[in-house]
Amino acid sequence: MPPDHNLNDTGSAVLAKTARRESEGRGRPLRIGIGGPVGSGKTALVAALCKTLGSEYELAVVTNDIYTTEDADYLRRNAVLPDERIEAVQTGCCPHTAIRDDISANLDAVELLEERHPGLDLLFVESGGDNLTATFSYGLVDAQVFVLDVAGGDKVPRKGGPGVTSADLLVINKTDLAPLVGADLAVMERDSAAVRDDRPTVFLSLREDPSAAPVAEWVRNQLAQRPIGAAM
Amino acid sequence: MTAVAALLTLADSRLPVGGHAHSGGIEQAISTRVVTDAETLADFLDRRLHTVGPVAAALAAAACHAVAGDVVATIPGGLPANRHGGEVATGCTLGNASQGDGAADLAAATASHLDVLDAEADARTPSPALRTASRSLGRGLARLGRRAWPHAAWAALPAAPHHPIALGVAAAAAGVDPAGAAQVAAYLTISGPATAAQRLLSLDPLTVAAITAQLCARVDVIAHLAARDPGAELSAASDPWFDLLAETHASRKDRLFAS
Repeated sequence: MPPDHNLNDTGSAVLAKTARRESEGRGRPLRIGIGGPVGSGKTALVAALCKTLGSEYELAVVTNDIYTTEDADYLRRNAVLPDERIEAVQTGCCPHTAIRDDISANLDAVELLEERHPGLDLLFVESGGDNLTATFSYGLVDAQVFVLDVAGGDKVPRKGGPGVTSADLLVINKTDLAPLVGADLAVMERDSAAVRDDRPTVFLSLREDPSAAPVAEWVRNQLAQRPIGAAM
Repeated sequence: MTAVAALLTLADSRLPVGGHAHSGGIEQAISTRVVTDAETLADFLDRRLHTVGPVAAALAAAACHAVAGDVVATIPGGLPANRHGGEVATGCTLGNASQGDGAADLAAATASHLDVLDAEADARTPSPALRTASRSLGRGLARLGRRAWPHAAWAALPAAPHHPIALGVAAAAAGVDPAGAAQVAAYLTISGPATAAQRLLSLDPLTVAAITAQLCARVDVIAHLAARDPGAELSAASDPWFDLLAETHASRKDRLFAS
């Protein structure tokens, strides 16, 4: 068995993944950026996506943190992926620089994971918590998700900022907290729609839906819509 | 004449090669309260410029010489072309290769020379953490350089060369001369730590910029000394304090910077 395969993989699952990759002729894994403010639930979402999608796809994760390994350690502790599928990078006090202006450290980590696991289908790059203007460079990722939580206030989508307005998917997280913090989900939905043109927004509560079903479905669609032999 | 705008590009702290995540040891120096304010920052930068600077500058100049002496420039889609003729190869062993032996021999000689310089950089970098940092920055610069300044010499470099070696190659590929490569190398030994300190100590950015500016005359002197004689021994200046800072820093879990 190749070293990059999880021991949990059954032989047939491995074969199915390999067959799918070969038939679709993918050159490299789809890279999805997960950004959003501090505490909005990025790492919990990545963990949920790994659990939900890990049996369907070959996955790896790059974390960007204020301190090196907090998020990576969370993922390891929760055993959503084997250690060798998680890489952490330092961002020198500037998390947005590392995902947007100078993506070198993240590219290093991405390339390391791609070399270590030649069969990867999907790679998540989780940013450090930042502000509403933080977006990923499309030199680093193919698509990006921006995560807000309702406890940050229901006026956040109206404030906009490139993260909210331009992300390929906006996730409004922790909807179970809405009644407790007086957040009006309808307002958030209306304001998001107003600033995001036709780009999708989904509501999520990982307490009620630990599989992060709507986000996982969006990720599956991203993979399915990917052109054959997608960009190297 | 050196390509000045290209030199400025190489020295730009916003060049996307990964520099923003490296503090040049100053994060550790701040944690241990050796650097606490503008005055101690100036002392730190002065010391770094005079110990780390000459080595980085000499290696960058030598790598630039090695490539410029090879005189092979890539024409996209075509054969390697002789860019300058043989006369620029003064003092460089590669220039002695016979023109009749063809580009392949020159390329092999350049590769061999760059390998030697990379090993020289290793020999001058006893700290494993600093070797990792240097190769990480070199990898970032080579990644950019291959795209920004296409040149046959990039093929001679490993994926993650030491930063001064990648810088010398980038300089040569961009038309910057070895003295310019040395200037950039020496300048970068202070500019990165200066802005890292600005972030970590919330210093006045005007003060930090002024400190850097006041060191620029010394940058020029150090670069000049490093590049003036391509046949001279490479600087072997060392400063164990920076090695210790790097090793202590690398063992921490709470660091903000990669080095």
